[in-house]
Amino acid sequence: MFKKFAPKEEISSQAKTKSSVQRAIRAKLLEQYPALNPYADVILPKKAPMVLIKCKDNISMIMMNDTYLFFQTFDGPYYPTLQLLHKYPDIMPKVQVDKGAIKFVMAGANIMCPGLTSPGASLDAGIPKGTPVAVMAEGKEHAVAIGLMMMSSDEIMKLRKGVGIEPVTYLGDGLYKVCAEAALSALAHAESDSE
Amino acid sequence: MSEDERSESGETEWPQTRVLENTLYCGVCHLPPEYCTWGPNPAKCKVWLRDNHPDMFTVLWNDADLTAELEQLQISEAKASETAPTLTPKQKKKAEQAKRVTIKRVERTKRKCVVIVTGLDKFEPDLKRVAKLFAQRLATGASVTKCPQGGEEITVQGDCQDDIYDIVLDKFPNVPEEVIELTEDTKSKKKSGGA
Repeated sequence: MFKKFAPKEEISSQAKTKSSVQRAIRAKLLEQYPALNPYADVILPKKAPMVLIKCKDNISMIMMNDTYLFFQTFDGPYYPTLQLLHKYPDIMPKVQVDKGAIKFVMAGANIMCPGLTSPGASLDAGIPKGTPVAVMAEGKEHAVAIGLMMMSSDEIMKLRKGVGIEPVTYLGDGLYKVCAEAALSALAHAESDSE
Repeated sequence: MSEDERSESGETEWPQTRVLENTLYCGVCHLPPEYCTWGPNPAKCKVWLRDNHPDMFTVLWNDADLTAELEQLQISEAKASETAPTLTPKQKKKAEQAKRVTIKRVERTKRKCVVIVTGLDKFEPDLKRVAKLFAQRLATGASVTKCPQGGEEITVQGDCQDDIYDIVLDKFPNVPEEVIELTEDTKSKKKSGGA
């Protein structure tokens, strides 16, 4: 989805949300990621302005304090950005791909079933189709991608063929780079402010 | 804020998540270091990691093969510098232009003019903020507009070329003085000169 992402061209509008909308979004996020509840005020402070960024292809992103936090398409589920997921790694169900798949995942390939069922990989039973999942990698600490289950995990185990997960964002893609830059510039701003 | 946090997280049983503060990202490719291998330039990442986080480096890489890698890197860099001059003049011009900040004075009607600042987006991601700064400092209108080449520029009303020059020098220490170019008006495209 974000193989290329040039903020200048793709962002169509960028506006502060109304406080009522902000509350709604906040509630929705916390419902979807209940594990974030204890940290809600850190990530989504009630007082700080929330910026809703609308992009091409009906993608909208939520930004707060100059950090990109979540994005969604249409009214679909919210996905955290990889940076956020790295910070709070256990907020979503996880699958693990084997070592051989990392290269392809980081090029934006669909995650095929064999990469999820081989010895190096792991897959929890009972993840239904259409769930956003964090894609971890064999022997690595951090998630390599965030994807959407195209089959339920039981189906994947049974079929062992075809596309298992469609990646939404992955390390090194356009969105990731934009987030990384935003984080860096936020840091720089914070530093210059403190001076 | 911390109080709210505690009272909210208190005894409720939300799913737990770990919190990893300050996840380390590579300074070269912005990926977590464990994924640098698949990044655009692993050798450079290795050097960066060795220089900045030696402890991490020894965990992730065997220093044994670094010397070879380094040599390769040097070779490839040498190659790159060799190939650099062979860039077509067009590419060269583009590369040069990419890092220029042009402060152009454009005449509107007889004695009125605006000043157009291009190229600042390469140094400062948030042009709106900059526009606002100009507007406040100079007590005029300033806005971010799309320029025909596709990027974004700041248009400031009034004849304040020199003031903007000073502000840019003052407020953006990361913009070296020599890249700033002061030009005047002209309907024919870029006239370099007259600083």
